[in-house]
Amino acid sequence: MQSSAHPAGAGPVPRLAGHFASLEVQNHAARLGMWLFLSTEVLLFAGLFACYACYRFLFPEAFAEASRSLDLVMGTVNTVVLITSSLTAALAVHYAKEGKNNLVALMFTLTLVMAAAFLVIKGFEYSHKIHDGALPGKYYHYAKIQTAGAPIFYTVYFMATGLHAFHVTIGMGVLLWLTIRAVRQKNFGPNNYVAVELGSMYWHLVDLVWIFLFPLLYLI
Amino acid sequence: MTPSNSTTAEGALPAQDPHHGDHHAHPSYLVDGTTIKSWLLTVDHKRIGLMYLGAVLFFFLIGGIFAMSIRLELLTPGPTVMDAMTYNRAFTLHGIIMIFLFMIPAIPAAFGNFVLPLMLGAKDVAFPKLNLASFYIYMTGALFAVWGMLNGGLDTGWTFYAPYSTHTTTTVAPVLFGAFIIGFSSIATGLNFIVTVHTMRAPGITWFKLPLFVWAAYATSCIQVLATPVIGLLMLLVIGENLFNIGMFDPARGGDPVLFQHLFWFYSHPAVYIMVLPSFGVMSEIVATYSRKNIFGYRAVAYSSIGIAFVGFFAWGHHMFVSGQSTFDAGVFGVLTMLVGVFTAIKVFNWVGTVYKGAVDFKTPFAYFCGFLFFTVFGGMTGIALGTTSLDIPWHDTYFVVAHFHFIMVGATIMGFLAALHYWFPKMFGRMYHEGWGLVSAALIILGFNATFIPQFLLGNAGMPRRYYDYPERFQALNVASTAGASLLAFGFIIIAIYLTHALVYGRASGKNPWRSKGYEWTSESPPPTHNFVGPQPTYPEEPHFYVDPKKAEVPDAV
Ligand code: HEM
Ligand SMILES: [Cu+2]
Repeated sequence: MQSSAHPAGAGPVPRLAGHFASLEVQNHAARLGMWLFLSTEVLLFAGLFACYACYRFLFPEAFAEASRSLDLVMGTVNTVVLITSSLTAALAVHYAKEGKNNLVALMFTLTLVMAAAFLVIKGFEYSHKIHDGALPGKYYHYAKIQTAGAPIFYTVYFMATGLHAFHVTIGMGVLLWLTIRAVRQKNFGPNNYVAVELGSMYWHLVDLVWIFLFPLLYLI
Repeated sequence: MTPSNSTTAEGALPAQDPHHGDHHAHPSYLVDGTTIKSWLLTVDHKRIGLMYLGAVLFFFLIGGIFAMSIRLELLTPGPTVMDAMTYNRAFTLHGIIMIFLFMIPAIPAAFGNFVLPLMLGAKDVAFPKLNLASFYIYMTGALFAVWGMLNGGLDTGWTFYAPYSTHTTTTVAPVLFGAFIIGFSSIATGLNFIVTVHTMRAPGITWFKLPLFVWAAYATSCIQVLATPVIGLLMLLVIGENLFNIGMFDPARGGDPVLFQHLFWFYSHPAVYIMVLPSFGVMSEIVATYSRKNIFGYRAVAYSSIGIAFVGFFAWGHHMFVSGQSTFDAGVFGVLTMLVGVFTAIKVFNWVGTVYKGAVDFKTPFAYFCGFLFFTVFGGMTGIALGTTSLDIPWHDTYFVVAHFHFIMVGATIMGFLAALHYWFPKMFGRMYHEGWGLVSAALIILGFNATFIPQFLLGNAGMPRRYYDYPERFQALNVASTAGASLLAFGFIIIAIYLTHALVYGRASGKNPWRSKGYEWTSESPPPTHNFVGPQPTYPEEPHFYVDPKKAEVPDAV
């Protein structure tokens, strides 16, 4: 939904696409579409959670042991970082509704910085694990944990966190695009904030997935 | 956006809206913009529907060529026209192309796109650009798949069962990646339809005034959105396994191949309803139109679509009766499988109830309805039989299963597809085809289909396993019968291709509503103008299948 040029003073209003009856309907459709899309994302990860549950059931000891090998400090820091970034994303929506485009841009920038921090920390964790040889499948040669089933834990770990990191990256792209729009066009306002809202929703999903991944992989 | 200019279009069939006779004629969507670009970049759901139609027909042709090559090979025991490895590749490609590239998008993406907004009195789907993107995503996935096939092909069967698929040296990864991409297209279409049905209904069209095709498309879309992500993930895992040996399904590394089967069938069982539910929807429209009767039990038909979609998610275990499942699990999955049969039966009885005492107009689509009824009942009954563990164990992975799923899934879907093609042909192109040839080819196809697959039930029952290149002498007679049937089938399709192409160019103008249907989509012109309706938004005071006023019980005049 792009907004077209609007006469000065007449508050920014998004363009109504020709096939919708009204702006409310158009916004309703956009939100419903986003919710459906987010459910497909949840289901994508649900497949991995099913794998996790299955293998945890088959190899309880290996999962417990391998889970303890993950860096709890880094994981916790990352969780805090991501939750905070969700807060700033939510604030961006708040400011968008008030038409404070500079604050929208600021909040999203903060979100982006935290997202980058998350990925950097994740990168450190990965390089430690790769260094130790705790890689999935064929590449597994981690001397410390040789319990049957441990390689599967790392397969699940790398697939799940990798897929999550991929989503973080996509989300960053979306937020960056919104930030640029807030700076350049300055046209978010009480009538035109759905794009910001949807972008934030996506970011909350990324956060939500992590909130499930963190305890499953690091804590229990 | 496609410009909606109102210049008179040369060569277009004249718009016949009496209220706008004094204005410019509104060009039909077919001629509103004639450059290649105006087609390739269109966001008009009708043009996108046509592009899908072209694509799925093309893939149907390719899949059909592979099918014929399989049947040719099985004409005699031992090598006939190809070697064993080629045979494995041929049936794999046949399955993949037919399922992912033809059956899943065929009715929803081609006809659904075309008629769904028209049936809702909407100008377009909710997200026209996503709709176009979905078409190109589909084509991209198809390109990957075809590229993989040309570069070696694969021999896993369309089910990609691990651990074989994770270790075979044939080109699994690109084809799986293609299927993964096509999944996004399927999700996008489903999502678009759901939002469209929720937000774009014209005033007056309440949920219980939705045409039954819309209900079916809605239920299908729910399955597409809810099941596809899971197989998407599974494909990623198998690609990872195949390229990098991540060990997820590799027993040597602690992985569990049965988990693969669970995830696979969690999608693929509901996927069979992605293919067949739209066909049920088409039939509900057709049976009312050609019996000239209000559909019997509208709500039951509508709810049973949702019912099938729902229980379809809990029946996947019937594919795994022989995988070491516990007796308890097998029992539960057996019962849940039967429930699908119950919901399907509700539909069948209501269709029959509709025809009963109707004024049947036996046109080509109705002929397909008859074939459809037979395939659905017969295929469904054999499904109930297969849902019984004790029977499934000897039949599992024999030609009996092949015949079952071809009857229900291919038979019913093809009938729905062809019925839709003939029913909406005048709507799409504003022209009529030759009715006589329509009936002849329908008869050929229904006969050919039976001749192809009934022998396969017998073969399976006699113990011939599926996916085998060679077989003992005693199976030959039935195999020859099956190949002969397949040739008849192919012949039927060729006839259709000829007369429909002819009709496209020389067919006489159909007028607005040649079937005198009460379906909402016929209230617009045939072919419709770019934004579907000319003038103010249409209103819908009557129910969609309102042929007979229940109080007066008389057939109303043609509209
Ligand atoms: C209505 C549409 C239906 C479709 C499209 C469909 C499709 C299929 C397909 C594709 C398979 C083969 C799987 C393979 O590759 O091995 C299959 C197998 C099976 N179907 Fe159906 N089916 C339908 C309805 C039913 C019904 C109504 C039932 C039972 C009430 C049923 C029961 C079964 C069972 C038990 C199998 C497993 C056979 C085996 O693996 O040995 N199906 N079906
Ligand atoms: Cu099934």
